[in-house]
Amino acid sequence: MKKTMMLGTLTVAAVAAGAASAQTVNDITDRGSLNCGVSTGLTGFAELNQETNRWEGFDVAVCRAVAAAVLGDPEAVTFVPVTNKVRFTALNSGEIDMLARNTTWTYSRDVDLKLEFTGINYYDGQGFMVPAALGVSSAKDLDGATVCIQTGTTTELNLADFFRVNNISYEPVPIETAAEAKQQFLDGACDVYTTDASGLAAQRSSFPNPGDYVILPEIISKEPLGPLVRHGDNEWGDIVRWTLNALIAAEELGVTSANIDDLAAAPGDNPEINRLLGTEGGLGEMLGLDADWAVRAIKAGGNYGEIFAQNIGEATPIGLARGLNAQWTNGGLLYSPPFR
Amino acid sequence: MAEPRTAAFVRHDQLPPSPPPAAETGVIKWLRENLFSSVLNSVLTLAALYCIYALLSGFLPWFFNGVWDAESVRDCNEQMGENRGGCFAAIEATWRQMVFGIYPNDIYWRPVTAFVLLWVAFAPVLFQAVPRKLLYFTLLYPFLAYWLVWGGTVLIPVLALLGLVVGYVVYSRLVDQSFAMGFLGGVLAAAIFWWLSGFITSNAGDVLALREVATRNIGGFMLNMILGVVCVSLSLPLGIVLALGRQSSMPIIKWICVIFIEFVRGVPLITLLFVANVVLAYFLPPGTNFDLILRVIIMITMFAGAYIAEVIRGGLAALPRGQYEAADSLGLDYAQSMRLIILPQALKISIPGIVNVAVGLFKDTTLVSVISMFDLVGIIRGPILASTEWNGVYWEVFGFAACLFFIICYGISQYSQWLERQLATDRR
Amino acid sequence: MTSITDPPQASFRLSMLINDTRYRSLTFQFIALILLILFMGWLANNAAQNLEDLGQDISYEFLGDPAGYDINQKPIPFSSQDTHMRASVVGLMNTLIVAFLGCITATVLGVAAGVLRLSNNWIVAKLMSFYVEIFRNVPVLIWILIIFSIMTFALPQPRAFRGDDAQASMLFDAVAFTNRGVFVPRPIWGDGSMVVVATFILSIAAIFFYRRYAKKLLFETGRLLPMGWPSLAILVLPTLLMFYIMGRPITLEYPELGGFNFTGGIQVRGSLIALWFALALYTGAFIAENVRAGIQAISKGQTEAAASLGLRPGRIMSLVILPQALRVIIPPLISQYLNLTKNSSLAIAVGYMDITGTLGGITLNQTGRAIEAILLLMLFYLLVSLGISAIMNVYNNAVKLKER
Repeated sequence: MKKTMMLGTLTVAAVAAGAASAQTVNDITDRGSLNCGVSTGLTGFAELNQETNRWEGFDVAVCRAVAAAVLGDPEAVTFVPVTNKVRFTALNSGEIDMLARNTTWTYSRDVDLKLEFTGINYYDGQGFMVPAALGVSSAKDLDGATVCIQTGTTTELNLADFFRVNNISYEPVPIETAAEAKQQFLDGACDVYTTDASGLAAQRSSFPNPGDYVILPEIISKEPLGPLVRHGDNEWGDIVRWTLNALIAAEELGVTSANIDDLAAAPGDNPEINRLLGTEGGLGEMLGLDADWAVRAIKAGGNYGEIFAQNIGEATPIGLARGLNAQWTNGGLLYSPPFR
Repeated sequence: MAEPRTAAFVRHDQLPPSPPPAAETGVIKWLRENLFSSVLNSVLTLAALYCIYALLSGFLPWFFNGVWDAESVRDCNEQMGENRGGCFAAIEATWRQMVFGIYPNDIYWRPVTAFVLLWVAFAPVLFQAVPRKLLYFTLLYPFLAYWLVWGGTVLIPVLALLGLVVGYVVYSRLVDQSFAMGFLGGVLAAAIFWWLSGFITSNAGDVLALREVATRNIGGFMLNMILGVVCVSLSLPLGIVLALGRQSSMPIIKWICVIFIEFVRGVPLITLLFVANVVLAYFLPPGTNFDLILRVIIMITMFAGAYIAEVIRGGLAALPRGQYEAADSLGLDYAQSMRLIILPQALKISIPGIVNVAVGLFKDTTLVSVISMFDLVGIIRGPILASTEWNGVYWEVFGFAACLFFIICYGISQYSQWLERQLATDRR
Repeated sequence: MTSITDPPQASFRLSMLINDTRYRSLTFQFIALILLILFMGWLANNAAQNLEDLGQDISYEFLGDPAGYDINQKPIPFSSQDTHMRASVVGLMNTLIVAFLGCITATVLGVAAGVLRLSNNWIVAKLMSFYVEIFRNVPVLIWILIIFSIMTFALPQPRAFRGDDAQASMLFDAVAFTNRGVFVPRPIWGDGSMVVVATFILSIAAIFFYRRYAKKLLFETGRLLPMGWPSLAILVLPTLLMFYIMGRPITLEYPELGGFNFTGGIQVRGSLIALWFALALYTGAFIAENVRAGIQAISKGQTEAAASLGLRPGRIMSLVILPQALRVIIPPLISQYLNLTKNSSLAIAVGYMDITGTLGGITLNQTGRAIEAILLLMLFYLLVSLGISAIMNVYNNAVKLKER
């Protein structure tokens, strides 16, 4: 009965889809909203607020910053929850414009799957969490353990490698979503829960008794997580890359959501701040945006440090330390290329 | 010679029947006959009683110790203390998401109205007693529901409807010459009208506009309802065409239909959904990208179409040969005989089967959660179970989901049984 | 359909392609074929174009690459260094295992529930209606998730078996029900165990012959030999005797509590049990309805006739009603088996590594070869479906032959 509607929509879609796929930015401005792929639910990183029906979290903040830079409105984002299985196809098929879903930057994803990683917003590594009652102090003691893993991630492969290299046996219990993995682990259906260390901390914070569980010291892999876009549209890739860099640089330069209005009002002493905030030079135009793009991106949720502190930092229940994710000036790895 | 015997006493009236033995009356008789008629039966009765006891002893304390008012699952556990019970406050807190997804809170009245009107629209289809005039409303309903649920300007559904009307007018003008011509003409006219009206909607702006709601925000049980209703409605015509094609005397057409039907019936729905989700995009022209929900609707419709085709084929096969011959002897051509004689009867026989397929399909709409759509099951497995407040609340929310499905599906299957009885008396 | 042929005409005109019934069907078919080819070509062209734009290609080479992931339930040896192809085969076997177990259990449940629902016993009949209605009207995915959570929440952890005052204990010291699955003893086949197995198989054959002989005797002389006890004796005694003669070659390896978990024995994993029982209970409810419809299709006169011959209710059911009802029951039963097999693809919801979990899940995720993996997946299911319908159709025809 609704065939007509479908046909109507199809005709409209066909007319609208005349534009070439290389112009993601135009598609987004025409549509008036950014389609951003996020996790279906991971505390601190991407979470649907039960009361407000609004998406919140560390990954979500990146989407909002990009939307603010391109469309001028941090709320102009359509969040598309994607599972591990569909995330890359959703991106490749154009269903989403960018993916901000704690996705590890790997060689084969970049080269073989034709994805473009635009930077790293979180340096992570795979860890293990066990109940303290088991008395395990090292991952090498885990011979014969039952391990809960989320399928479709690099964790699965790292895990197989780790246990094979150390010549110990284990029993994998593959699980679709983080929520179900948590349930299984809490009910003792598996001895160990493994995922990225940030994810472990996030999960642990939501346990009824977080103190009963310990995260083992071993980090068995490098997991650089970052937003990614399709191969082939470099203009769009640049916008996402430099929006992320703007957030990082803003923290380094001391630009916060509190002082940004003052700093952006008139050119100040620091030329790099001036270039970043568009009071000097024409960096925005080079990106195909206006001069205020970075101001809007930073105002959306604050600079990198503010986003971190607000969603996953030590003051939140998740309580992650900055660690590797501190600015390079503070001994971390965050290092934005210069705005010049 | 024997003297006639004289009896000392002759009873003239019948004795009042004495009450049956205690074992043959009332509750005891019923128990004896129904529950303890043999050893095996007694064992079965006791086993059944034990089952009921086990179920109730698990369920009742859980239900009655339940907490209906709490902030979070920790709050629940504190309130319960030693008595383990359900944390039903979770349903209280999340039912909006479970039913409506992330549809904006303040306009729930729109889908609710659409839902209520759905039954009004279905009434004339389901019950013969309802005035036939209501069928016009049924025709109008899809457009009304679209406008209510998705919002936007009223022009789009109105023009879509007008396109259908234009198509029908052209069809009824041309159908006297030949069905094929009428059909093609109608489709063509409607398509041209829609194409032209595309310019009107893009320029006219907001006439009677409701707030637009993005498809992404439609979720929960509402999404299951939408998918179920839309796909069943769309798969009916597809099923009819496939069934007729499979019965056709033209070998190529027949084989195309057979292969399609057997292929779709041979693979699980979930693989078709994977196709919708990850493969279909590759087979569309570069640059086109339409909504996931639309792709899913296409795939589920194909799936349901194949099953409905088999049901209708059964209906066609059940018709006596004489009906086909009678139609031929009247000089009707293929389209006429199908439209006027065969299909109305075949469809009537197939209704119970179609209803069964529809119920199955409605249940299968939960599979979209596997491809990360937030339908009822998806929203439970995703945001609700992941949330900090309601972490560990499992039975309560899944029980709620099961109840919602049970109410609808049980209702429809009872209807289908009622209808079967109606049709059965009809044919005698 | 129409059998009127026009009188032969002198020459062929183009308009005859439309107006002449002899040619019209050819025209239609030709048009349909052309449209189909065009449509397919359009799809293929789009796919080629899209893949080129993305710089990807279609290649099945990934099947030969090392899979890199582990699978917990492996009917054949498998390690993370084996190929994706082997992983798919492991998945396929797991699909077949759960489908096979599910079909058998569903049939038993369905026949029992269908027969009992018609019983005179009010409580049993109502209980069975309750079972049928509640399972038929709730999606199977919800049942799988609910039964899986029963497995995880309600059963004790392996930890609970530890210590002197353990909260949980093993059944007969042999079977452990844990939330990671059920651990049962594993038979170890020692020297001479083959003799025992051979004896067992011969005993089964002997039962078959005994029954044939008894039936022949019954038909020829009217003497009714006892069936149940002799069959059981033939089944058990020789095997038992041989078992002791050969010096008990078959021993059992009992599950024991190891470091983290039970070791030894056979682990029937929670995901398998959840999927198996959810599918069996769900499909069983449908089979129950088919069985009920089949029994009700047999006229009441048959029951009454059988009763007047002096048959007991159990025998009426097994000798008179069910054999006839079977003809009505078998065709829908086949489609229920097919449905169960297809529904087993929902294994992904509980992490059971069936073919959708390996080939259509992890392999697809890790290699990104969506088109190839899903095409293969569909092909596997298609072959399995066709295989099951072929087998069951053979059986159906065998049952049918007895009809006059």
